[in-house]
Amino acid sequence: MKILVCISNVPDTTTKIAFSADNSTFNAAGVQFVINPYDEWYALVRALELKEAQGGNVTILHVGAADSEATIRKGLAIGADDAVRIDAEPNDAFAVAEQIAAYAKDKGFDLIMAGKETINYNGSMVGAMLAELMNLPYVSLATKLDVAGGVATIEHDIDGGTEVVECTLPLVLSANKGMAEQRIPNMKGIMSARTKPLQVVPAVATDKLTNITSYELAKGRTECKFIDASTPEKLIELLHNEAKAI
Amino acid sequence: MSVLIYTEIAKGKIKKSSLEAVNYGSRIAAQLNTSVTAVIVGDADTAELGKAGAKKVLKLKNDKLTSLDGMYLTTAIEQAANAEGANVIVFSHDFTGKEVAPRLAAKLKAGIVAGAVDNPVISGDSFAVKKNVFSGKATALYAINSAKKIISLLPNSFQVELKDGSAEVADFAVNLDAVNSPIKVKEVKKVTTELNLPDAELVVSAGRGLKGPENWGMVEELAKELGAATACSRPVADMHWRPHHEHVGQTGVAIRPNLYIAIGISGAIQHLAGVNGSKTIVVINSDKEAPFFKSADYGIVGDAFEIVPKLVAAVKNFKANHN
Repeated sequence: MKILVCISNVPDTTTKIAFSADNSTFNAAGVQFVINPYDEWYALVRALELKEAQGGNVTILHVGAADSEATIRKGLAIGADDAVRIDAEPNDAFAVAEQIAAYAKDKGFDLIMAGKETINYNGSMVGAMLAELMNLPYVSLATKLDVAGGVATIEHDIDGGTEVVECTLPLVLSANKGMAEQRIPNMKGIMSARTKPLQVVPAVATDKLTNITSYELAKGRTECKFIDASTPEKLIELLHNEAKAI
Repeated sequence: MSVLIYTEIAKGKIKKSSLEAVNYGSRIAAQLNTSVTAVIVGDADTAELGKAGAKKVLKLKNDKLTSLDGMYLTTAIEQAANAEGANVIVFSHDFTGKEVAPRLAAKLKAGIVAGAVDNPVISGDSFAVKKNVFSGKATALYAINSAKKIISLLPNSFQVELKDGSAEVADFAVNLDAVNSPIKVKEVKKVTTELNLPDAELVVSAGRGLKGPENWGMVEELAKELGAATACSRPVADMHWRPHHEHVGQTGVAIRPNLYIAIGISGAIQHLAGVNGSKTIVVINSDKEAPFFKSADYGIVGDAFEIVPKLVAAVKNFKANHN
């Protein structure tokens, strides 16, 4: 089975977010970048488990500049066989999907996986767009994935519950919590990652349909108002009269 | 031309998030001097769509439209948009919205903003749309530059407004002969709780501080008295004290109710990412250093096992005095 896992390079979850003085760009100075957790913990690890059980090959793909190669190497250290970096700025979901589709269309992947969303832009879009561009089925928010005899059985989240679907390969899916557990790369993985193939693919011409013009930090909450534990009924008063929440 | 809104039915009624999307679309339509057409799959009383601002409701008809399969829905909505000459299409950023809106965007080469939190600022042919980024730590203003535009609206960003108004309802036959989805639905497991967490206005949530699943009775009671949905933190779901679908946070469900009450949850950054859009946050924790207090509007430092039953009594008392 040939599996492609799309990975994004994102600021670590605990990063303090800052922008340039004119609020037009994200300030990456001093920021630790990691593989997007949904891409890594769920999509990549499940792909590796399937490969280990059934044989095959796991390729990781990233759209981004050369400074993301440390993140790609980490994916190789966790166990991916090889990696592809498409040399383009990932600044529009549709453009990213077009880059991936242009690379993947004639490679015969059985399964293309990504996390449910990135933790920086939270769009949840590239997987569905890629499926459309490649005319493939797409299953979103998958929490379980098994493959047998060329058919994937997938449990995924739907409105108000979960649904189990079957789908013949190939297909695109987005991975949610539950698919697999995080793996820490071991020393052997880290050593071998240095020599695994990392192919750099030139960008194709794409359509950039959106762009970010400015950022704004979320307004923090003003001071927390404390209510004495002996009179919690005051909270209900405040929620009604002040916050107008009840 | 019109503004097209994809709407959905749950439990026999138009979903609240769909009404929010129709409201949102009608504000765009007013600026563009056009009207709103809602599309819907299935049968329900559509009067509320008219009250929310739709002038026309198209019921999408095709035997293949049984399971909200993304391949079929994408083509169905595309055909309705073409028939209506719609250049702006609005979804709710819910399960279907996440699956179908980007797929349709790729098909139409429409610029999309997924998870909008405010009305677009329209100047000429360009829309500027705000959405949350960095898991709620910031917002970004996106310019959509393409002629066709798709926006999915983050649920609970606006209160639903219903006014006098009615929509003309018609069937719209969709042609899906050329589309064959290989996805076969084997089983649907619907959660039977009365309140759907992402739709809930009030949420009572609890964490490890409750010490065990046997102690959730008071949380459920408080939620019941408030008419709130129940939720939990990640460790609680991981330990199977509570079902997976109740887990709110970065890896669980992201919610933004009017009121979020967190009991015995320390407030890890991953938890905050899923709840920091809530309008009012109450934190009850025995540890006065719990980081969650920094993100709260109201806090009570103390023993949940003493405080929560008192709150239940206070809510009962409040209801008795306000009815």
